[in-house]
Amino acid sequence: MQHRPKHLPRLVLALAVTGILSAHAETGTEDRLSAMELRLNSLESENRALKDQVKQTEQKVEATGTQMERIASQDSSTNAATSFGGYGELHLNKLKNQKAGGTNKDELDLHRFVIFMGHEFSEQIRFFSELEVEHAVTKDTAAGSSGVVGVEQAYLDFTVSDALSVKAGMMVMPVGIISETHEPPTFYGVERNPVETNIIPTTWREGGLMLTTRLSDAITFDAMVTSGLATTAAKNYAVRDGRLSGASAKAKDAAYTARLKWASIPGVELAATAQQQTDITQSSDTTAGAATLYEAHAVVNKGAFGLRALYAAWNLDGSGPKSVGADKQNGWYVEPAWKFTEQWGVFARRSTWDNRAGGATDTRYRQTDIGVNFWPHHDVVVKLDYQNQRSPSGVDEYDGFNLGLGYQF
Amino acid sequence: MAHLRMLILLALAFPAWGADQEAEITRFLGETFGKPPAAETLWLAGDLQPAVRGILEHDYPAARVRYWRAGTRSAWVLNEIGKEMPITVGIVIKDGVIERVKVLVYRESRGWEVKSPVFTAQFSGAKLNSGKKLDKQIDGISGATLSVRALNRLTRLALLLDRHANTGGKP
Repeated sequence: MQHRPKHLPRLVLALAVTGILSAHAETGTEDRLSAMELRLNSLESENRALKDQVKQTEQKVEATGTQMERIASQDSSTNAATSFGGYGELHLNKLKNQKAGGTNKDELDLHRFVIFMGHEFSEQIRFFSELEVEHAVTKDTAAGSSGVVGVEQAYLDFTVSDALSVKAGMMVMPVGIISETHEPPTFYGVERNPVETNIIPTTWREGGLMLTTRLSDAITFDAMVTSGLATTAAKNYAVRDGRLSGASAKAKDAAYTARLKWASIPGVELAATAQQQTDITQSSDTTAGAATLYEAHAVVNKGAFGLRALYAAWNLDGSGPKSVGADKQNGWYVEPAWKFTEQWGVFARRSTWDNRAGGATDTRYRQTDIGVNFWPHHDVVVKLDYQNQRSPSGVDEYDGFNLGLGYQF
Repeated sequence: MAHLRMLILLALAFPAWGADQEAEITRFLGETFGKPPAAETLWLAGDLQPAVRGILEHDYPAARVRYWRAGTRSAWVLNEIGKEMPITVGIVIKDGVIERVKVLVYRESRGWEVKSPVFTAQFSGAKLNSGKKLDKQIDGISGATLSVRALNRLTRLALLLDRHANTGGKP
């Protein structure tokens, strides 16, 4: 009888089980690998799809940005082509009248409230305007109201080339320093200086045509044809009282203005203006006639130091102006300033002016101002100054303090 | 009337209208790079937005800014309102310092003197100090205070954007 190992069946059984298990294990690994491979392929496709989506999104964002910029640059009806701004000033005057029996000036006044509006029709044609309310309130009756609503500027500017532009409409005259740039944060003193107020006379606007040529980077020449002044004998031919401000203004006798401006050194401006009024009463006074204005000024702003100096003089033809000494009207001022920080600046100003300088008697005004400007923001200013005036005998002479608040935007 | 006719004739004697903005930008880039590199775009988003507002005191009127870069030089074309109208300015920066400023389109009615190379040359060599202001004194122009201030803001903005573009937004 053949001997059979005692444990053989168990061994065979164990090997068979192991084989089966092993076969199962191999099958499981392959399945898992296949599943992982499928999953990887799927993730790879998703990743590709996501990358495509990101790329498409970037392209869409770029296209949207481009389109928005295109619309903004081309559509002149959008706000981008129309701009608004403004300035204003509130004044407190505490001035003692030195004339015997004269009335003191203790007054709080919203002197000016101005809105700018501009519009760019095209790269070559632009509109500029300023609408002003003076002294806060105006009524439809003359009594009890010192207020004025006026169009200070409204003109079209045609840019012909880099060297030439033509303006047409109502414009401030290119004379003096603060006529064209009169926003309160840009100058010292609560009130505008008396020489440019009474002699030039700022703010002075007329309707007409102006040609500006830039002769070089530093030299600009302006030529202007406008309506003229219309002063009267009743006002002693004072030029300030001759402003018609475009309110159905008489346009019989025109005025011709030329200005040469030099600004070759940063911070320095020199300019001179000449004007011919063909008849300063608009032919309403046969004893008056033509008039000529000459003006020259210098502005220096180097670092903290500032200096303004201006001289202006009128010559009026005719026996009428001569009879009251108004054939010569002139004045000058010098104003050094020191801006010792970005927020604080001090100034002093000496002014003298005379609207009847052709007469034998002393009719000259003299005024000294000292004061401080504080800019809490570069477009907001608080001003305080002291004025000492010496007037001709028998007229108001104001000494005292002025406090002002101004802004621009 | 004779004077009016003379003014009109003088105006017509000048053949070209004012320069087109895109033509001015192309000329500026040609002067700067010779052959200009492709334009890149910087989005004014994230931390850059408040930094821009800090300089301009308002948001920049676009979500992104085009610029051109070759090596350490970059050129920027930016807009800012002076008094009433936007001024378009080209600014070249090299190694974080202003190399050149050029007013490309000036739309304000007055203050054209800011276009003068004598004035814009003042910005050359300026860089940002720690307070994000220019480290140089810029003398202004009488009658163009707001335009001068606009140029000052734009040069500071260009320096900020250049720094941002070079560092990829890292401080």
